[in-house]
Amino acid sequence: MDVLYLLVPVSLVIVGIAVWLFLWAVRSGQFEDLDGPAHRILMDDDDTTTPRPPPSKDDGG
Amino acid sequence: MPPGADYPLEIDGRQEAMCCRGCQAVASAIVAGGLTDFYRYRTEKSPQASELVPEQLSEMELFDRDDLQHSFVQQQAGEQREASLILEGIVCAACVWLNERHVKKLPGVLDFAVNYSTHRAHVRWDNQRIRLSEILEAISAIGYHAHPFDPGRQEELYKKERRAALRRLAVAAIAMAQVMMLAVAMYAGGDEGMDEALRNFLRWVSLLLTVPVILYSAKSFFSGAWRDLKRHQAGMDVPVALAISAAFLASAWATVRGHGEIYFDSVTMFTFFLLAGRFLEMGARHRAGQAAEALVKLLPATAMRLTDAGEERVPVVDLAPGDRVLVRPGEGVPADGVVLEGRSSVDESLLTGESLPRLRQAGDRLVGGTVNTESPLLLEVGQVGEDTVLSAIVRLLDRAQTEKPGVARLADRVAGWFVSALLVFAALVGWWWWQHDPAHTFRVVLSVLVVTCPCALSLATPAALTAATGALTRLGVLTTRGHALETLARASHVVFDKTGTLTEGRLRLQQVELLAPRAGRADSLQIAAALEATSEHPIARALRADSGAVCRAEEVTARAGQGIEGCVDGQRYRIGIPAYVLELLPAEQRGRASGSGTPSGVLLGDEHGLLAHFTFADRVREGAVETVQQLRAMGLQVELLSGDDATIVQEVAGQLGIERYRARCRPEDKLARIQALQQAGAVVAMVGDGVNDAPVLAAAQVSLAMGGGTQLAHASADMVLLSEHLPHLVSALDTSRRTLAIIRQNLAWALVYNLVALPLAAAGLVAPWMAAIGMSSSSLVVVLNALRLRNPHR
Repeated sequence: MDVLYLLVPVSLVIVGIAVWLFLWAVRSGQFEDLDGPAHRILMDDDDTTTPRPPPSKDDGG
Repeated sequence: MPPGADYPLEIDGRQEAMCCRGCQAVASAIVAGGLTDFYRYRTEKSPQASELVPEQLSEMELFDRDDLQHSFVQQQAGEQREASLILEGIVCAACVWLNERHVKKLPGVLDFAVNYSTHRAHVRWDNQRIRLSEILEAISAIGYHAHPFDPGRQEELYKKERRAALRRLAVAAIAMAQVMMLAVAMYAGGDEGMDEALRNFLRWVSLLLTVPVILYSAKSFFSGAWRDLKRHQAGMDVPVALAISAAFLASAWATVRGHGEIYFDSVTMFTFFLLAGRFLEMGARHRAGQAAEALVKLLPATAMRLTDAGEERVPVVDLAPGDRVLVRPGEGVPADGVVLEGRSSVDESLLTGESLPRLRQAGDRLVGGTVNTESPLLLEVGQVGEDTVLSAIVRLLDRAQTEKPGVARLADRVAGWFVSALLVFAALVGWWWWQHDPAHTFRVVLSVLVVTCPCALSLATPAALTAATGALTRLGVLTTRGHALETLARASHVVFDKTGTLTEGRLRLQQVELLAPRAGRADSLQIAAALEATSEHPIARALRADSGAVCRAEEVTARAGQGIEGCVDGQRYRIGIPAYVLELLPAEQRGRASGSGTPSGVLLGDEHGLLAHFTFADRVREGAVETVQQLRAMGLQVELLSGDDATIVQEVAGQLGIERYRARCRPEDKLARIQALQQAGAVVAMVGDGVNDAPVLAAAQVSLAMGGGTQLAHASADMVLLSEHLPHLVSALDTSRRTLAIIRQNLAWALVYNLVALPLAAAGLVAPWMAAIGMSSSSLVVVLNALRLRNPHR
């Protein structure tokens, strides 16, 4: 069981990293909008099955 | 789809019909942009679109001016600029996607992100390649409206508060997970036999993990408790701080000494649950505050000021009392003041709840935030900023919100009282054991605290409320404040607003009475619609909606508040109030015809005589009659308070079978009536929709706003009827009553559990593992019971 004396401090370091990661996520504004991304993932930006009208001019896409 | 609409468009290979030119333009912009996915993924219907008029375009261009931009635009390196926008018209996630895709494609736009929760957007652009007005126009082209706004200090404050709360919550959650893991190891080790040195090592690690929770996460409880103590009050924070610090200090002492019980797991868990509850509460509070801020949108951003030098567009904030301002038709009134010149109808429905626009002419007072509908008005500014009626309504709302009789506060007091009683009891038990068996004192006292850990008790109410809230949300009834269901179940009176709540809030053609044999119904309607083709008056809209194919009127002239004259197929017609239409008639017919004229509705006539009489009504919502009947059957008193005229209110009340009603109520009158009812001991549930209802909604013990109502009404209400389906009000009441019943059962169970467990623990008969099983099974019973609420009966 002596390995625990090594593993527990290692886990403490990992916990520290997890806390730092979360604080970074909060700081970078990832928790400002909790509803949008859930819907956004359903929208296929490059869905080729949608019939498109022939482009009348260059629409940048 | 209005009859006679003929605006086809091909979407996804199918012909779709559009209701008007505005919608057709919007839809074709969406299709041409390759954004047809919008129509496949949207979950809510969009409101009808409106085309931009040149005045609106020129107002948008004003946002490009540097002196106006400095208040809401952040300049960055080079020509990069950033601004926040309020987006109007967002109804579902597909709208967000559409806006983002459409705007991001514009050359020069560097970043555009919409927040789905707050309906606000953040845009960053290169000012050399694109101008702000072009971005706003692009958003209008797909049918939404964007206003730049100054995020202000409150917004910053909310953001800081939210982030700080999240950080505290995260620290508590991560530490809790670790400490619990170690606690399981130590419990198991206690049974299987664990090396003393390893056990002490794990205890020290637990202590280390709990320290940040105490020093950082739980800081707000300590500061709250300190504040309470200084004011000599016993709030919820006092026992919380006491329990957390006592358990922590005792555990820390046990760790240092190397023997004794430790309670680090309880400390972290307790802190986490409390913080999570407060975080959710804070979110609801912020949403309410943001919506109230959006009220400022009622005022236009700019105004046309007349000076000796000529006309100039200025930001509304620069207006001062005494300025002369021109308000064009379709524009909002920028400030309170007096009309100097002009005669026009002004739509005050948002502020007063009156369904018809009022005639305003020289000498009359105008209120900021109302909309001029007919012809230009010259206004002398009287009050600006804080002194306006609009600001007064906001202040009224603030006050009513703070005065709210809080069941939540009561719950806090009861919980505080319960915890205090528990502490006293624990102290008594401790004293008894100290006298008889000092060695076991601490263990028994702590097992009393653990076994009664008010888990079941504190879960009893929230679990039931959460289940019921979820069930109601699926029905389209949104609960925005925790106490709403509890209070709704106790309601004794339901008070309705009329316009927009019991009725649909817009006029519809009710009856066409033909006054001459040569007049036909369809012809009369067509002529009337042609005359009213350009008017924004609600009557004109109602006529246009019901007329068939369109014919054109020429030489159209309008006389404000009276009517419209014009030529259709070479024949001169007038439509409007009787006196105005009769002027067109030859003298000998006037006397005969005027006798048949009725005061309500409008008349249509030509030079030879009267043709038709149109009457209009604001139709009662579907299901309103049944709703009132069912509310009665449930034993509630129903009342109607309206700002509208007595005759209209009387008719609606008659249709619905409401015996108690009041007409011509100003917001103050409604507030007074509600307070009078409350003083007589009534629990009032208020249902409303407008800005004028906001203070009343906030003052009633529980309030519901219609989904189509104003943002401000939503902010002041405890629940929002998103479906706008009145019978759901009955479902909400039914669910709330069942919720209260379940809460009572849960509390009874928790009480019985505590009454059984407490004496056993006090007698020292409960081992820690027994306490743990008892506690969790009691909580499980409570949660399962609450889950029964998930399926509403109706």
